[in-house]
Amino acid sequence: MDAAIATKSLDKVYGKKDDRLVALDNINLSIKAGESIAIVGKSGSGKSTLMHILALLDEPTKGVVTVNGVDVSSLSEKQVDLLRNKSFGFVFQQFFLNGNETVLDNVILPLKIAKVGRRERHKRGLEVLKAVDLAEKANAKALNLSGGQKQRACIARALINNPNVIFADEPTGNLDSTTGGKIEELLFKLNREKKITLIIVTHDPDLAKQCDRQINIKDGHLAERKNS
Amino acid sequence: MKIIDLILSANASLLRNKGRTALTIIAIFIGATTLSLTNGIGDGIKAYLTKQVGNLGNSSTLTITATTAKTNFRSSSGLVKYVPGQKKISSQGGGPNDSEQVALTQSDINKIAKVPNITSVQPTLTVAPDYIATVANPYAKYQFILNQTVGISRLDVSSGVNVNNNSSQYQVTLPISYLSSLGYNTSSSALNQEVTIGISNALGAQSTFVATIVGVQQKNLVGSTAAYANTDLFNALYGFQTTGLPTSTIDTYASIQAVFNPNLTTAQINKLKSTLAGLGYTAETIKDQVSTVFTVINAITYVFDGFAGITLVAAAFGIVNTLFMSVQERTKEIGLMKALGMGRRKIFALFSIEAVLIGFWGSILGIIFANFLGKIVNNLATKGFLKDFPGLNLLSFPAKASTIIVVGIMLIAFLAGTLPARRASRKDPIDALRYE
Repeated sequence: MDAAIATKSLDKVYGKKDDRLVALDNINLSIKAGESIAIVGKSGSGKSTLMHILALLDEPTKGVVTVNGVDVSSLSEKQVDLLRNKSFGFVFQQFFLNGNETVLDNVILPLKIAKVGRRERHKRGLEVLKAVDLAEKANAKALNLSGGQKQRACIARALINNPNVIFADEPTGNLDSTTGGKIEELLFKLNREKKITLIIVTHDPDLAKQCDRQINIKDGHLAERKNS
Repeated sequence: MKIIDLILSANASLLRNKGRTALTIIAIFIGATTLSLTNGIGDGIKAYLTKQVGNLGNSSTLTITATTAKTNFRSSSGLVKYVPGQKKISSQGGGPNDSEQVALTQSDINKIAKVPNITSVQPTLTVAPDYIATVANPYAKYQFILNQTVGISRLDVSSGVNVNNNSSQYQVTLPISYLSSLGYNTSSSALNQEVTIGISNALGAQSTFVATIVGVQQKNLVGSTAAYANTDLFNALYGFQTTGLPTSTIDTYASIQAVFNPNLTTAQINKLKSTLAGLGYTAETIKDQVSTVFTVINAITYVFDGFAGITLVAAAFGIVNTLFMSVQERTKEIGLMKALGMGRRKIFALFSIEAVLIGFWGSILGIIFANFLGKIVNNLATKGFLKDFPGLNLLSFPAKASTIIVVGIMLIAFLAGTLPARRASRKDPIDALRYE
């Protein structure tokens, strides 16, 4: 079976000549569908860059990224946009919710982009909010939510397209440990029950340990370590 | 995103910054109001003139004069040769435009009548009556001007009717300005009253003719302030006036009225004119004569439109500025939408629609305000300085012109929005989503 996401001889270089900065150097990686992966490393190690490339938000300088066996460089910009919209979900440390809009409006944004009709959007929006236990806040303004609620809304937004992969960039970074714990619980539950591939960027060792596998990035190099 | 969602999103983002949006819209609003008002004045006056052209003459009538070879003593081509048999009506010198007018005679009338598509030809005759007085008060005699109605389709008669050229009764219509001198307080009190017209002939004798007032002409801008006689009255006056004159003098006309087939197309009319020009005549329809006035009004309107256009250009920079700020503020939102799979073109469309909406609201509000101002000004004008010109709306706002203004401003707004929209569409989602 093809890997959900795989990379081959991946390099990412910023700048030219004297200002050259090698962010990623020869990364070979294969992530199976349904796996949970933690990308760990110090800040500046290149772990965010790796996640951006895996999430097709950035392009490598050299090397190949495949999604479900398809070389991404062979896809058009439109096809890549569509792939992100249909198959990927994003959870950010900073939430990136629009404070002036309702929670529901924030959550249905991917469906809006995918040209799903108003009624369908509404229905599915309420469903995912229920799934993250936030149904009663559907019509509240996003800025009135607590940190944990915001992150749950963010997860609901990531879930609404029934994605194959969720990318979570420091999902608990802005939360206290109790709230963070609940968010972790929610993410792993989705991973287990819905078989959603989970790719988490974190420098929290406790969170990393809960994943099937840890990918340690150090100065752009790969130093993988399996969790037992 | 669907187009409706794009419009709603753009609208929501405009509402998020109400103050800034309002200020940008005001700039467009001022431009749209100015443009609407300048156009409104031009259109209002042109509409009035078009209506008034009927007072001047039938649209299927040509006024024909002899084309004179201008003698210009300053030119090197020398003097113009004398043509035997040619009669002159006037010869004027002393100014920069020395001119002479060659007379038309019965032979010219015969010649013109043979031109295809000309249905009837009549010389333009003039009478010079001495005075007008009412039958009721025959000693209050006033000077006045009397015209015939040949070639005139319709006078703007505010009460009563136009004279009937088939009636054997002597009929006149008088301009409203004549009434108070003649002792009539209202237009209706003058109707069906009789007036005496005094006229002298070449032998020095004076005679009077009694005519009935059948209508009162309202004041207008382009028509004359002459009284109008029906054919029988006019012919009677002309006949008396020319009594005792030699035939050769009577058979001398400054111009000729030729009626042509009213079904002719513009091209055919032009061909008719060139045929007449080939015979040595200058032929003009009433439209030709008024078109000079239209040209002047158009030119003035364009100049004012130009000024309004300048305000719109300034307003367009306001849109550019506002949208650049909006793009800057919404960097994260743009990044998020891109990360979630929104294409570059849709981002471009989102900000373009925002610009177009600013243009739309600004121009719509501007036109509504201009209409409102126009109503007030029209009201004041018809009660004030345009009191004597019933039917003149100083400002008019035809739907077509308003639509053109709205669409034009939306287009300007779109063009102004392309720069910020392009910047938004090129934002890198990673830069946009990076932690600060």
